[in-house]
Amino acid sequence: MSRIRAFGRFWWNFVVGDDWIAAAGVVVAIGITAALAAEKIAAWWFLPLAVAIVLAGSLRREARNSS
Amino acid sequence: MTAGFLIASAFLASAVEFVEALTIVLAAGVTRGWRSALTGLAAATVALAVIVAALGPALTLIPISALRLVVGALLLAFGLQWLRKAILRASGYKPLHDEAAIFARELEEARTAEGGQRAGLDWYGFTLAFKGVLLEGLEVAFIVVTFGSAQGRIDLAALGAGGALVLVVIVGVLVRAPLARVPENTLKFAVGVMLTTFGIFWATEGAGAHWPGDDASLPVVLAFVIALSAASVALLRRQRAEAVPA
Repeated sequence: MSRIRAFGRFWWNFVVGDDWIAAAGVVVAIGITAALAAEKIAAWWFLPLAVAIVLAGSLRREARNSS
Repeated sequence: MTAGFLIASAFLASAVEFVEALTIVLAAGVTRGWRSALTGLAAATVALAVIVAALGPALTLIPISALRLVVGALLLAFGLQWLRKAILRASGYKPLHDEAAIFARELEEARTAEGGQRAGLDWYGFTLAFKGVLLEGLEVAFIVVTFGSAQGRIDLAALGAGGALVLVVIVGVLVRAPLARVPENTLKFAVGVMLTTFGIFWATEGAGAHWPGDDASLPVVLAFVIALSAASVALLRRQRAEAVPA
Protein backbone atom coordinates (compact mmCIF):
# COMPACT_ATOMS: atom_id res chain seq x y z
CA MET A 1 0.00 0.00 0.00
CA SER A 2 2.80 2.40 0.92
CA ARG A 3 4.47 1.67 -2.44
CA ILE A 4 1.27 2.56 -4.29
CA ARG A 5 1.05 5.75 -2.24
CA ALA A 6 4.71 6.57 -2.97
CA PHE A 7 4.11 5.93 -6.68
CA GLY A 8 1.08 8.24 -6.65
CA ARG A 9 2.98 10.89 -4.70
CA PHE A 10 5.84 10.75 -7.20
CA TRP A 11 3.54 11.41 -10.16
CA TRP A 12 1.63 14.09 -8.25
CA ASN A 13 4.88 15.92 -7.45
CA PHE A 14 6.14 15.35 -10.98
CA VAL A 15 3.15 16.84 -12.81
CA VAL A 16 1.31 19.02 -10.29
CA GLY A 17 4.21 20.06 -8.07
CA ASP A 18 3.82 22.21 -4.99
CA ASP A 19 1.04 24.47 -6.28
CA TRP A 20 -2.08 22.45 -7.07
CA ILE A 21 -4.09 25.66 -7.53
CA ALA A 22 -1.94 26.59 -10.54
CA ALA A 23 -2.38 23.10 -12.03
CA ALA A 24 -6.15 23.28 -11.47
CA GLY A 25 -6.16 26.76 -13.06
CA VAL A 26 -4.48 25.32 -16.17
CA VAL A 27 -7.11 22.56 -16.45
CA VAL A 28 -9.98 25.06 -16.03
CA ALA A 29 -8.42 27.42 -18.61
CA ILE A 30 -8.08 24.60 -21.15
CA GLY A 31 -11.71 23.65 -20.51
CA ILE A 32 -12.87 27.24 -21.16
CA THR A 33 -10.74 27.35 -24.34
CA ALA A 34 -12.42 24.13 -25.54
CA ALA A 35 -15.89 25.53 -24.69
CA LEU A 36 -15.19 28.77 -26.63
CA ALA A 37 -13.84 26.79 -29.60
CA ALA A 38 -16.91 24.53 -29.56
CA GLU A 39 -19.09 27.66 -29.86
CA LYS A 40 -17.02 28.70 -32.92
CA ILE A 41 -15.58 31.69 -31.04
CA ALA A 42 -11.91 32.53 -31.77
CA ALA A 43 -10.29 31.19 -28.60
CA TRP A 44 -6.52 31.24 -29.30
CA TRP A 45 -6.00 34.31 -27.11
CA PHE A 46 -7.59 32.83 -24.00
CA LEU A 47 -4.91 30.37 -22.82
CA PRO A 48 -1.98 32.86 -22.92
CA LEU A 49 -4.08 35.30 -20.91
CA ALA A 50 -5.10 32.59 -18.43
CA VAL A 51 -1.48 31.45 -18.05
CA ALA A 52 -0.45 35.02 -17.21
CA ILE A 53 -3.13 35.17 -14.50
CA VAL A 54 -2.35 31.69 -13.12
CA LEU A 55 1.39 32.43 -13.02
CA ALA A 56 0.89 35.81 -11.34
CA GLY A 57 -1.33 34.22 -8.68
CA SER A 58 1.13 31.40 -8.07
CA LEU A 59 4.08 33.81 -7.76
CA ARG A 60 2.14 36.03 -5.39
CA ARG A 61 1.29 33.08 -3.11
CA GLU A 62 4.89 31.84 -3.12
CA ALA A 63 6.35 35.33 -2.51
CA ARG A 64 3.91 35.94 0.34
CA ASN A 65 4.80 32.59 1.96
CA SER A 66 8.55 33.16 1.74
CA SER A 67 8.59 36.73 3.02
CA MET B 1 11.49 26.81 -37.18
CA THR B 2 9.42 24.28 -35.24
CA ALA B 3 11.95 21.48 -35.84
CA GLY B 4 14.82 23.64 -34.58
CA PHE B 5 12.76 24.79 -31.63
CA LEU B 6 11.85 21.18 -30.83
CA ILE B 7 15.48 19.99 -30.91
CA ALA B 8 16.67 22.98 -28.87
CA SER B 9 13.96 22.49 -26.24
CA ALA B 10 14.69 18.77 -25.85
CA PHE B 11 18.45 19.52 -25.76
CA LEU B 12 18.21 22.20 -23.05
CA ALA B 13 15.69 20.34 -20.87
CA SER B 14 17.68 17.11 -21.10
CA ALA B 15 21.01 18.86 -20.42
CA VAL B 16 19.67 20.24 -17.14
CA GLU B 17 18.50 16.78 -16.02
CA PHE B 18 21.72 15.06 -17.16
CA VAL B 19 23.83 17.57 -15.20
CA GLU B 20 21.82 16.72 -12.06
CA ALA B 21 22.12 12.96 -12.73
CA LEU B 22 25.88 13.35 -13.25
CA THR B 23 26.24 15.02 -9.84
CA ILE B 24 24.53 12.05 -8.15
CA VAL B 25 26.53 9.41 -10.05
CA LEU B 26 29.79 11.24 -9.26
CA ALA B 27 28.91 11.39 -5.56
CA ALA B 28 28.07 7.65 -5.55
CA GLY B 29 31.22 6.76 -7.52
CA VAL B 30 33.65 8.83 -5.46
CA THR B 31 32.38 7.62 -2.07
CA ARG B 32 31.04 4.09 -2.66
CA GLY B 33 33.10 2.86 -5.62
CA TRP B 34 32.74 3.27 -9.36
CA ARG B 35 31.65 -0.32 -10.03
CA SER B 36 28.47 0.02 -7.99
CA ALA B 37 27.72 3.54 -9.28
CA LEU B 38 28.22 2.61 -12.93
CA THR B 39 26.15 -0.58 -12.52
CA GLY B 40 23.35 1.56 -11.04
CA LEU B 41 23.70 3.96 -13.97
CA ALA B 42 23.51 1.11 -16.50
CA ALA B 43 20.49 -0.51 -14.79
CA ALA B 44 18.61 2.82 -14.74
CA THR B 45 19.46 3.42 -18.42
CA VAL B 46 17.98 0.00 -19.35
CA ALA B 47 14.84 0.74 -17.26
CA LEU B 48 14.44 4.10 -19.01
CA ALA B 49 14.90 2.56 -22.46
CA VAL B 50 12.13 0.05 -21.66
CA ILE B 51 9.78 2.85 -20.48
CA VAL B 52 10.41 4.98 -23.60
CA ALA B 53 10.12 1.94 -25.91
CA ALA B 54 6.76 1.06 -24.32
CA LEU B 55 5.35 4.60 -24.13
CA GLY B 56 6.53 6.01 -27.48
CA PRO B 57 4.69 3.66 -29.86
CA ALA B 58 1.62 3.59 -27.56
CA LEU B 59 1.30 7.38 -27.84
CA THR B 60 1.36 7.27 -31.64
CA LEU B 61 -1.92 5.28 -31.54
CA ILE B 62 -3.78 8.20 -29.88
CA PRO B 63 -5.44 10.75 -32.25
CA ILE B 64 -3.20 13.81 -32.64
CA SER B 65 -5.77 16.36 -31.32
CA ALA B 66 -6.39 14.34 -28.14
CA LEU B 67 -2.66 13.81 -27.76
CA ARG B 68 -1.93 17.54 -28.13
CA LEU B 69 -4.60 18.36 -25.57
CA VAL B 70 -3.19 15.95 -22.96
CA VAL B 71 0.45 16.71 -23.77
CA GLY B 72 -0.24 20.46 -23.85
CA ALA B 73 -1.94 20.32 -20.44
CA LEU B 74 0.90 18.23 -18.97
CA LEU B 75 3.61 20.45 -20.44
CA LEU B 76 1.83 23.57 -19.25
CA ALA B 77 1.49 22.26 -15.68
CA PHE B 78 5.07 20.99 -15.76
CA GLY B 79 6.45 24.10 -17.50
CA LEU B 80 4.75 26.48 -15.08
CA GLN B 81 6.47 24.67 -12.18
CA TRP B 82 9.87 25.25 -13.80
CA LEU B 83 9.06 28.81 -14.77
CA ARG B 84 7.73 29.72 -11.31
CA LYS B 85 10.86 28.36 -9.60
CA ALA B 86 13.14 30.08 -12.13
CA ILE B 87 11.37 33.43 -11.66
CA LEU B 88 11.52 33.09 -7.86
CA ARG B 89 15.25 32.25 -8.05
CA ALA B 90 15.99 35.13 -10.42
CA SER B 91 14.15 37.58 -8.16
CA GLY B 92 15.82 36.38 -4.94
CA TYR B 93 12.80 34.68 -3.37
CA LYS B 94 14.43 31.24 -3.67
CA PRO B 95 18.13 30.34 -3.32
CA LEU B 96 19.94 29.65 -6.59
CA HIS B 97 20.44 26.00 -7.54
CA ASP B 98 24.05 25.24 -6.54
CA GLU B 99 25.38 22.01 -8.07
CA ALA B 100 28.64 22.19 -6.05
CA ALA B 101 26.71 22.46 -2.75
CA ILE B 102 24.42 19.58 -3.77
CA PHE B 103 27.50 17.48 -4.63
CA ALA B 104 29.06 18.23 -1.21
CA ARG B 105 25.82 17.22 0.54
CA GLU B 106 25.49 14.02 -1.50
CA LEU B 107 29.13 13.17 -0.70
CA GLU B 108 28.59 13.64 3.01
CA GLU B 109 25.42 11.53 3.01
CA ALA B 110 27.06 8.77 0.96
CA ARG B 111 30.15 8.71 3.24
CA THR B 112 28.15 8.38 6.43
CA ALA B 113 25.61 5.87 5.06
CA GLU B 114 25.75 2.24 6.25
CA GLY B 115 27.57 -0.22 3.99
CA GLY B 116 26.21 -3.53 2.78
CA GLN B 117 27.12 -5.80 -0.10
CA ARG B 118 24.64 -7.48 -2.42
CA ALA B 119 25.65 -9.40 -5.52
CA GLY B 120 29.18 -8.08 -5.07
CA LEU B 121 28.03 -4.46 -5.21
CA ASP B 122 27.91 -1.72 -2.62
CA TRP B 123 24.12 -1.53 -2.33
CA TYR B 124 23.97 2.11 -1.23
CA GLY B 125 26.14 3.26 -4.15
CA PHE B 126 24.10 1.19 -6.60
CA THR B 127 20.70 2.43 -5.40
CA LEU B 128 21.88 6.06 -5.12
CA ALA B 129 23.06 6.05 -8.76
CA PHE B 130 20.07 4.00 -9.95
CA LYS B 131 17.43 6.20 -8.31
CA GLY B 132 19.17 9.44 -9.30
CA VAL B 133 19.52 8.49 -12.95
CA LEU B 134 16.03 6.95 -13.13
CA LEU B 135 14.28 9.99 -11.63
CA GLU B 136 16.22 12.58 -13.67
CA GLY B 137 15.98 10.34 -16.74
CA LEU B 138 12.21 10.01 -16.34
CA GLU B 139 11.93 13.77 -16.76
CA VAL B 140 14.01 13.54 -19.95
CA ALA B 141 11.88 10.62 -21.18
CA PHE B 142 8.70 12.57 -20.39
CA ILE B 143 9.96 15.59 -22.34
CA VAL B 144 11.21 13.56 -25.32
CA VAL B 145 8.06 11.45 -25.59
CA THR B 146 5.60 14.34 -25.12
CA PHE B 147 7.45 16.89 -27.28
CA GLY B 148 8.14 14.35 -29.99
CA SER B 149 4.72 12.72 -30.11
CA ALA B 150 2.73 15.98 -30.11
CA GLN B 151 4.80 17.20 -33.07
CA GLY B 152 4.90 13.75 -34.68
CA ARG B 153 8.72 13.81 -34.54
CA ILE B 154 10.01 11.73 -31.62
CA ASP B 155 13.24 11.32 -33.61
CA LEU B 156 14.01 15.07 -33.43
CA ALA B 157 13.30 15.24 -29.69
CA ALA B 158 15.46 12.15 -29.13
CA LEU B 159 18.20 13.80 -31.22
CA GLY B 160 18.18 16.86 -28.96
CA ALA B 161 18.23 14.70 -25.80
CA GLY B 162 20.96 12.45 -27.23
CA GLY B 163 23.11 15.47 -28.06
CA ALA B 164 22.76 16.71 -24.49
CA LEU B 165 23.65 13.27 -23.10
CA VAL B 166 26.81 13.01 -25.23
CA LEU B 167 27.90 16.53 -24.27
CA VAL B 168 27.32 16.05 -20.51
CA VAL B 169 29.00 12.60 -20.48
CA ILE B 170 32.07 13.91 -22.37
CA VAL B 171 32.43 16.95 -20.12
CA GLY B 172 31.72 14.83 -17.02
CA VAL B 173 34.42 12.27 -17.91
CA LEU B 174 36.90 15.06 -18.67
CA VAL B 175 36.39 17.11 -15.52
CA ARG B 176 35.27 14.33 -13.10
CA ALA B 177 33.58 16.98 -11.00
CA PRO B 178 30.04 18.35 -10.76
CA LEU B 179 29.39 20.77 -13.59
CA ALA B 180 29.13 23.78 -11.33
CA ARG B 181 30.05 26.19 -14.10
CA VAL B 182 27.06 25.27 -16.22
CA PRO B 183 24.67 28.21 -15.93
CA GLU B 184 22.01 25.83 -14.63
CA ASN B 185 19.62 28.51 -13.40
CA THR B 186 19.67 30.24 -16.78
CA LEU B 187 19.13 26.89 -18.50
CA LYS B 188 16.20 26.12 -16.21
CA PHE B 189 14.69 29.51 -17.00
CA ALA B 190 15.00 28.78 -20.73
CA VAL B 191 13.48 25.32 -20.30
CA GLY B 192 10.58 26.69 -18.25
CA VAL B 193 9.90 29.25 -20.99
CA MET B 194 10.01 26.60 -23.74
CA LEU B 195 7.84 24.05 -21.90
CA THR B 196 5.25 26.74 -21.14
CA THR B 197 5.32 27.98 -24.75
CA PHE B 198 4.80 24.50 -26.22
CA GLY B 199 2.18 23.80 -23.54
CA ILE B 200 0.15 26.90 -24.47
CA PHE B 201 0.50 26.18 -28.18
CA TRP B 202 -0.50 22.51 -28.13
CA ALA B 203 -3.17 22.74 -25.43
CA THR B 204 -4.90 25.50 -27.43
CA GLU B 205 -4.82 23.42 -30.61
CA GLY B 206 -5.85 20.29 -28.73
CA ALA B 207 -8.82 22.17 -27.25
CA GLY B 208 -10.03 22.84 -30.80
CA ALA B 209 -8.93 26.48 -31.20
CA HIS B 210 -6.73 27.57 -34.11
CA TRP B 211 -3.72 29.87 -34.03
CA PRO B 212 -3.69 32.68 -36.57
CA GLY B 213 -0.91 31.73 -38.99
CA ASP B 214 -0.68 28.18 -37.53
CA ASP B 215 2.96 27.28 -36.66
CA ALA B 216 4.08 30.85 -37.44
CA SER B 217 2.44 31.98 -34.20
CA LEU B 218 4.80 29.82 -32.09
CA PRO B 219 7.54 32.53 -31.95
CA VAL B 220 4.88 35.04 -30.92
CA VAL B 221 3.79 32.79 -28.04
CA LEU B 222 7.48 32.39 -27.12
CA ALA B 223 7.96 36.18 -27.09
CA PHE B 224 4.85 36.56 -24.93
CA VAL B 225 6.11 34.01 -22.36
CA ILE B 226 9.57 35.64 -22.28
CA ALA B 227 8.03 39.11 -21.76
CA LEU B 228 5.71 37.74 -19.06
CA SER B 229 8.64 36.10 -17.24
CA ALA B 230 10.87 39.16 -17.49
CA ALA B 231 8.08 41.41 -16.19
CA SER B 232 7.43 38.99 -13.30
CA VAL B 233 11.13 38.97 -12.32
CA ALA B 234 11.32 42.79 -12.46
CA LEU B 235 8.15 43.16 -10.40
CA LEU B 236 9.20 40.64 -7.75
CA ARG B 237 12.71 42.15 -7.51
CA ARG B 238 11.23 45.58 -6.87
CA GLN B 239 8.79 44.13 -4.34
CA ARG B 240 11.63 42.33 -2.54
CA ALA B 241 13.84 45.43 -2.53
CA GLU B 242 11.02 47.43 -0.96
CA ALA B 243 10.35 44.72 1.65
CA VAL B 244 14.04 44.24 2.55
CA PRO B 245 15.72 47.68 2.60
CA ALA B 246 19.49 47.57 1.99
